[in-house]
Amino acid sequence: MRHALPLIWRKSLERYRLIGCSCENCGTDYFPPRKVCPKCRRKGKIAPKQMPTEGKVYSYSLVHAAPSGFEFEAPYHVAIVELANGVRLLTQIVDSDAAKVKIGAPVKMVFRKIFEDDCEGVIAYGYKFKAV
Amino acid sequence: MFKNVGIIGYGAVVPRMRIKLEEIARVWGKDGAKVSAGLNVREKAVAAFDEDSCTLAVEAARIAVRNHDAARIGALFAGSESKPYAVKPTASIVADAIGASPDLTAADLEFACKAGTVGMQACMAMVASGMVDYGLAIGSDTAQGRPADALEFSSGSGAAAFLIGKNPIVELIDTFSFTTDTPDFWRRQHAEFPQHAGRFTGEPAYFKHVLSAAKGLFEKTGTTAKDYDFAVFHQPNGKFPLRAGEMLGFEKEKIKQGLITPFIGNTYSAASMIGLASVLDVVKPGQKIFVVSYGSGAGSDALAFEAKKGIEAARQPEAVFDLIGRDKVYVDYAVYAKHRRKLKTL
Ligand SMILES: [Zn+2]
Repeated sequence: MRHALPLIWRKSLERYRLIGCSCENCGTDYFPPRKVCPKCRRKGKIAPKQMPTEGKVYSYSLVHAAPSGFEFEAPYHVAIVELANGVRLLTQIVDSDAAKVKIGAPVKMVFRKIFEDDCEGVIAYGYKFKAV
Repeated sequence: MFKNVGIIGYGAVVPRMRIKLEEIARVWGKDGAKVSAGLNVREKAVAAFDEDSCTLAVEAARIAVRNHDAARIGALFAGSESKPYAVKPTASIVADAIGASPDLTAADLEFACKAGTVGMQACMAMVASGMVDYGLAIGSDTAQGRPADALEFSSGSGAAAFLIGKNPIVELIDTFSFTTDTPDFWRRQHAEFPQHAGRFTGEPAYFKHVLSAAKGLFEKTGTTAKDYDFAVFHQPNGKFPLRAGEMLGFEKEKIKQGLITPFIGNTYSAASMIGLASVLDVVKPGQKIFVVSYGSGAGSDALAFEAKKGIEAARQPEAVFDLIGRDKVYVDYAVYAKHRRKLKTL
């Protein structure tokens, strides 16, 4: 699987540090960051914002048939995590016993390898979450 | 010269998986209990499929800087001998991930198991000179051992980071280093696993350099083992540091708090630094700490510290001994081989 290098690089702030954005007009937070606030449209004023790095599991699934590049990690949990500010994001859950991965379970951000192009390619790092 | 310079924050991380030495011995037809007792290592920490020395470095760095403004970091050094890229710094990834970039200098350092303490020395000198506000020194490794090689029984994974600045919680008293060209352990470019010189790694390598650096610092500071409350040595196994300590006059009790290899294996660049982090988990203001790293190739850095008033408030949220004891998962050799990519198709 060949990934676009510019895409990996452009997304590094959001993937490394959970930098999203907030609309200064209506106060809504977004992750991943948006260019336009869908609520305020032209009146919106978008600025980068650090998202909270803790949240809870909103929904989850255990992946058995993994896409290419993730075969050796299966089975693994993916979850929609609701951050402390209400923003939801899709993420892998690692380092957590299956019994702990439940709706409402508290989770925190960790820094992991997401994928690599191949053994000579670039490595994409970023957030995953673990149960606390 | 180093007045008011030292550690202002620290953090250590250990991956969640463990493999018992007896399990490795089972695969290679060796007597596990004997190997384990011979090395004084029970089990070693295993980095997961999606972990490497860079992810561990970021996690340790985040703990170390959690109460500080990362933008004030003017220098960042990542020490490792298991870098994910042969060319492309880990240091710049860490700097971005903790919010220290872009106004800083950064580089990866390599000196087998002592690259992390060299980074600490560099940061302390840069802070003392006024060149930077804060410096961050990291030791991080997912240590490699060729299957069935003696090193496979001890090579672990872990990281520790130390934020260096003024008004420290642990002040540097002084430092002394000892370096010679000694080929006791190496890994050539493009080689997957390191080579080592067997028994040669003891006397002329580890002990000569650790003892020389320690004695050099004793002399420079006019101190002896009696003046220190804790001693931390590089720990390629659980036995060498106890023997080195004894030869220098340190009681076993002073070494125990910083002796972590028996529980997680030799974490190479992180080994003496995780030991120091463990001491910072318990040290009281006014107590003194003696640290000697060792890197094959070969050299040792000796550093003497005194804990200051702010230490209690600056302790990491999870002590090293909690990291070691809590929330671990044992894996067998097959699962270990998958995660550490010792299978050819991975
Ligand atoms: Zn808006």
